[in-house]
Amino acid sequence: MEKPLEIRWHGRGGQGVVTASRILADALLREGKYFQAFPEYGPERMGAPVKAYNRVSSTPIRIHSGVTNPEMVVVVDPTLLGAVDVLEGLAENGTVVANFPGTPADLRNLLHFPSGTVVVVDASRISREILGRVVVNTPILGALCRVLPEVKLENVLEAVKAQFGEKLRAEVVEKNLACLRRAYEEAQIG
Amino acid sequence: MSKVLGLNGNAAAAHAMRQINPHVVAAYPITPQTDCVERFAEFVSEGLVDTEFVTVESEHSALSACIGAAAAGGRVMTATSSQGLALMWEMLYIAASMRLPIVMMVVNRALSGNINIHCDHSDTMGARDAGWIQLFSENAQEVYDNMIQAVRIAEDMRVRLPVMVTQDGFIISHAVERVELLDDDAVKNFVGPYRPLYPLLDVRNPVTYGPLDLFDYYFEHKRSEIEAIDNCLPVIEEVGKEFGKLSGRSYGLLEEYRLEDAEYTVVALGSTCGTAKEAVDRLRDRGKKVGLLKIRCFRPFPKDEVIRALAPRKGVAVLDRSVVFGGFGGPVFTEIRSALYDLPSRPLVIDFYYGLGGRDVYVEDIEKAFARIEEVVRAGRVEKHIDYLGLRE
Repeated sequence: MEKPLEIRWHGRGGQGVVTASRILADALLREGKYFQAFPEYGPERMGAPVKAYNRVSSTPIRIHSGVTNPEMVVVVDPTLLGAVDVLEGLAENGTVVANFPGTPADLRNLLHFPSGTVVVVDASRISREILGRVVVNTPILGALCRVLPEVKLENVLEAVKAQFGEKLRAEVVEKNLACLRRAYEEAQIG
Repeated sequence: MSKVLGLNGNAAAAHAMRQINPHVVAAYPITPQTDCVERFAEFVSEGLVDTEFVTVESEHSALSACIGAAAAGGRVMTATSSQGLALMWEMLYIAASMRLPIVMMVVNRALSGNINIHCDHSDTMGARDAGWIQLFSENAQEVYDNMIQAVRIAEDMRVRLPVMVTQDGFIISHAVERVELLDDDAVKNFVGPYRPLYPLLDVRNPVTYGPLDLFDYYFEHKRSEIEAIDNCLPVIEEVGKEFGKLSGRSYGLLEEYRLEDAEYTVVALGSTCGTAKEAVDRLRDRGKKVGLLKIRCFRPFPKDEVIRALAPRKGVAVLDRSVVFGGFGGPVFTEIRSALYDLPSRPLVIDFYYGLGGRDVYVEDIEKAFARIEEVVRAGRVEKHIDYLGLRE
């Protein structure tokens, strides 16, 4: 059994990080991978910091404990940067993917994270432009795709369609997909 | 053709219920089971099942409705957690003593107080003496597989007893994993048509359920109930093998993981077994002769199989995710230690309370349990029978 890749999501209650981790799981299913997607459950409060997790592997995953040392963290809300310790347990060569309006160098300075990989995308702006409101969980999946070779963009797009296809109007789903594609293209890695 | 989906344990259970298509489901929502019953209610409203879904005002009423429906002659299911199971307590014994083949999915959650919504096994362990068969599940796939097998086991004419299928709250119930679903038709054929036994609705052949039963016959009826649950071990094994032929996933009463030449063994139930397998692999890589005994069927307790699996070991560390206040160790420990008593030479056995109220258990915790049992064996005697894993002191 290989050691699974572990991802931790940071967001605020209501921003859809649990949904994002589930969409990623669905995309991994389409890739034929093994995966887990699970939230950190506590009292559910709109706006409070929340976490969710993924494990990714090409062999069955048996471990069922929490994730303490992820290889990757994804921060969907820029106001969490500096407010919670998003680097907790992350290895020096780990990856941070963040919804952030600045450059990768700016984020490195903000987080005091000189090593590893940093991916930034202004998901809030992208969603405001395309959807007319701030939706951060789907666009960030586009940026994540850039540094997660286990999953291809088209499978993430399919997973988003499957997640929202029945709940949202076709044009809204299309706009969500457009956000995701734009985030994929605009993401800066540094 | 089976298909693989990404489902959490609650969804896996709900899909099993959809495919089983019971006549009656009566349930009351409680965290972390709610998600399962909500999904099943959607299947009902979408017309995907023929089930009469009874919304009730409490878990006591849920199980009461199930008992009535099962005695009437229907295939009946329910689901609950924690306080919900506790509220069902008096009805649990009635369902079992009426020999009603009800299947109940229990999402394991700690009992109050204080209020806690997370996993431990105190709810199902509180029901361990009620006369129900209890099957524990390691992951969402096993939840699905156990639910389908539970129907066959419960309804077997050699059994006719209620079955609880458990899964660890949040750890399994809310974690999305790969789950392979069988074809709807394959499940339908596997569970087969329901065969009622002495149904109340057969008005031409009237019967009495639950009458007054005093010192004249109550004892004999309990004796027959004892025999009934003891006799179902071979049926559970038989159904597990037959399910293996259908799905490629065979089930026994226990699962032995790298136990063949193991000197030290951990015994566990539920999701911890997956984490323990990682610990076993890591220690094996370091040359340690260790293994895991996973107990899938806790009630009836498969004594002979446990003795066979554990007798050759030097040391056994039992992991108990529920407490017996004032007792000599947790419920799993007392069974294991008692089962081994008659052996001329037996392993040393220690117990760890762990994971109460959802306290996380890591691979390193299980490595500590192995290290401790190795020390105990080296010392040649047990000084401390009961200890804790993952507790701050």
